[in-house]
Amino acid sequence: MRPPGRLSASVDDRPATPTGSLAIELRKVSKWYGDFQVLREVDLEVHRGERIVVCGPSGSGKSTLIRCINRLEEHRSGTIWVEGEELTSDLRRIEKIRSEVGMVFQSFNLFPHLTVLDNLCLAPQWVRRLPRAEAERNALALLARVKISEQAMKYPGQLSGGQQQRAAIARALCMNPRIMLFDEPTSALDPEMVKEVLEVMSELAEQGMTMMVVTHEMGFARAVADRVVFMDEGEIVEDAPPEEFFSNPRSERTRQFLSQILDH
Amino acid sequence: MARGESDAAREARPGAWRERLASLVFDPRVRGIALQAVLVVAIVAFAYEIVSNVTDNLARQQIASGFGFLERTAGFDISQRLIAYSNTMTYGRAFLVGLTNTLLVAGLGIVLATFIGFAVGIARLSSNAVISSLAAIYIEVLRNIPPLLMLFAIYFAVLKGLPDPRNSVVLPFSSYINVRGLTVPKPLMAPGFDAFAIAVLIGLGLVAALAIWSRRHRLATGRTAPVVPLAVAILLGAPAAAYAVAGMPFTFEAPTLGRFNVTGGLTLLPELVALTTGLTLYTAAFIAENVRSGIEGVPKGQTEAAAALGLSRAQAMRLVIVPQALRIIVPPLTNQYLNLTKNSSLAVAIGYPDLVSVFSGTILNQTNQAIEVILITMAVYLVLSIATSLLMNWFNARMALVER
Repeated sequence: MRPPGRLSASVDDRPATPTGSLAIELRKVSKWYGDFQVLREVDLEVHRGERIVVCGPSGSGKSTLIRCINRLEEHRSGTIWVEGEELTSDLRRIEKIRSEVGMVFQSFNLFPHLTVLDNLCLAPQWVRRLPRAEAERNALALLARVKISEQAMKYPGQLSGGQQQRAAIARALCMNPRIMLFDEPTSALDPEMVKEVLEVMSELAEQGMTMMVVTHEMGFARAVADRVVFMDEGEIVEDAPPEEFFSNPRSERTRQFLSQILDH
Repeated sequence: MARGESDAAREARPGAWRERLASLVFDPRVRGIALQAVLVVAIVAFAYEIVSNVTDNLARQQIASGFGFLERTAGFDISQRLIAYSNTMTYGRAFLVGLTNTLLVAGLGIVLATFIGFAVGIARLSSNAVISSLAAIYIEVLRNIPPLLMLFAIYFAVLKGLPDPRNSVVLPFSSYINVRGLTVPKPLMAPGFDAFAIAVLIGLGLVAALAIWSRRHRLATGRTAPVVPLAVAILLGAPAAAYAVAGMPFTFEAPTLGRFNVTGGLTLLPELVALTTGLTLYTAAFIAENVRSGIEGVPKGQTEAAAALGLSRAQAMRLVIVPQALRIIVPPLTNQYLNLTKNSSLAVAIGYPDLVSVFSGTILNQTNQAIEVILITMAVYLVLSIATSLLMNWFNARMALVER
């Protein structure tokens, strides 16, 4: 076990800069919903410790892309490796990869019948087989880091949206994941609660967590991302560091998208 | 009405009383009270008319009234008795025999239908096409057949096909199956029985302690211990050991196969088997649908969140989905329990001695006291149903989600 109270996975044993081996690798990944092709031969490399922001118009396949990485969606062709393990239909391998990859959803998806503390302890107890006392200690430390310690004994229905999303982030971190996936984590929040969630995410990024974030928060992308990936019609159209992405996008589609979301 | 007018000024104005009357007529509170008063008067008048009519008719036909008949001797036999009864006992005693027989069928039916219903409901959602279509066929066939017809099918088509007593099927331990039921040896208490009973209780206590220990052990270490085989060993071993040590504290009365019948022993009536099976299978089909819709009513995001944390499908079902589905399942489940209890009165059609068959059937015929008998029977079902509802509501309240 890594020491409790750390927000992220250990940084010491893996490089924080994109020089180490790959955390996520996608080769020619395609997927269809019926006749509609949502992903078109997507190639993507994410290095350990890298922060990737994925953006694009709705229906561009960005959510599908990150949901393929922990196999909430099954890709039809191509290959996905997560931490060197290939994603196949082998259930044991999928469960192992899922326990190494944390996910945060747009609609929080906390378990409403459990207290916040039990939400955080559930997977460590049943998947990692941790003693309750240890799971609780880690959970309380993480709740302190996302600044909702006083909510531990409450039920999700008693929390505000921002508090629920921070609890959901803490729940994912309880499994000590190597990679965190965020699927539009602030889209369901009231504007005044977006900031508190983004702060937690920025703090996580500072500690060297490998992150893939689907979001329209361009301020967050500019400040935190190592690379911004722009998707349209199931393809990666642009993949560049934020300064280049915002000041000098290569493709016309990226320029159009940026002008739509930035000029208003 | 002008603004700023004082009350006194309004009083003094001509036509003010008419305005006040109008405001009373159009006041929803006043209207509500008036309507209810009218309704109460109408109902009381109707009830009075019925009661006086009935008393007149009874007096004219010279039928006795009152509950004195419960003390009179019944004079008829009942084929299945859970409590001591003979035909020299009272109608009141016969009523209790019928009531316990109804409770037996309802209790057995509710427990069995719940297990089968949950199993079929979960099977209905299986990703295995064979399993889910078998479950679908079960549900669609069984819930669309009238329950009375099902009882006839099981009782007349299946159980009446068993051999007559002379040609009984002989099973090990001198047990017999024939058209009159399954007869097994009957245990008779002997000295030393107390010690045996205590051993059984100790065994149950040990299993409960084991369950508590296993939970503590899991919380303390995170590992689950394989306690189920141990529990089964204790449950079977403790009575067996006590039976041997206490020197066989009870003996068995073996049934004997006579020329026309099997005498002695304990007999499981085919009527009980048919009624329990029919009600169970029929109700389980409805419960299965409740379970399916309850599970489907849990948002998909819950399954995804559980999967994303690395929980297996079975763990997600047990720890996340079913606990949330229960609050959707329990209210309609209560209805099914009530239906099963009330449907048990179909017993009369195949001759199982339930409350309706014994009390509203035989006793009503013998005493002619229709009103008292029917009222008591209705009151019994009402009490049973309300008790079931209260219990299930209490359970449902415990399941409810905490919101702000």
